[in-house]
Amino acid sequence: MAGQTAIGLNHYLMLSGILFTIGMFGVLTRRNAIAVLMSTELMFNAANIALVAFSRFVTPAALTGQMIAMFIIVVAAAEATVALAIVLLIYRSFKGINVDRINFMKW
Amino acid sequence: MTDVSLTSVTFYILSFCIIAGGIFTVSSRNLFHSAVFLVFTLFSVAGMFVMLNAYLLAAIQVLIYVGAVAMLMIFGVMLTTQLTNVRLRHVNEQAWPALAVCGFFLAFIVYGLWDTPFQVVKADAPVNTSHALGTLLMTKYVLPFEVVSLLLLAALVGAVVIAKKD
Repeated sequence: MAGQTAIGLNHYLMLSGILFTIGMFGVLTRRNAIAVLMSTELMFNAANIALVAFSRFVTPAALTGQMIAMFIIVVAAAEATVALAIVLLIYRSFKGINVDRINFMKW
Repeated sequence: MTDVSLTSVTFYILSFCIIAGGIFTVSSRNLFHSAVFLVFTLFSVAGMFVMLNAYLLAAIQVLIYVGAVAMLMIFGVMLTTQLTNVRLRHVNEQAWPALAVCGFFLAFIVYGLWDTPFQVVKADAPVNTSHALGTLLMTKYVLPFEVVSLLLLAALVGAVVIAKKD
């Protein structure tokens, strides 16, 4: 094979862009806070695909992209934990988690 | 030659799974279906990592995302949402402008990627990446490693404090 595959870096980056756009659409439009969180996870995964693809095709020996992707996964797990706790707290005080109703911090 | 076409076919199947799973995740009315499609998408992304010779990352993806984060999401869905009333409006009133913005964004990305010359290195993929990653984690990246462990501890304590009944 030796790098002669028909699938190159641009294919992976295109896939990453499409997945990121889908996640962005979800973040912008969904009303439920947990659905917004799921869309955020999609965007994290798009970034991870791009990083691992760069790591595979541009710096195959240094593995920098894979290392950053690993840290991103850890940070995403921490983010999901705290965000779920906040969602549960909002559900207890507002009896609902639709983000277009929770606007008491808006000026 | 068959190897190349096999790679292409696998790539397109996995891409189709990722994109279809993502679209169903953001568009499904039932939030539990969204979570299941999210798990499907995350599994396909793990398959994509295998295609990119990142075997350790694929394992981590399955363990942490599919095992922990997606389960957390499903717990959140079960604890907060009434799944029987799925006839509610599930998108806000900005859906069409958001669709236009996302379309422009995607067109921008595709236009930017179309003929950008990346410095692609023609090299074989390293075979034993887990060993190299472990070595890097303990030598070059030991400071981010410790910081990220501190961040996990802070997130753990913070989640307990926030969600505690007072």
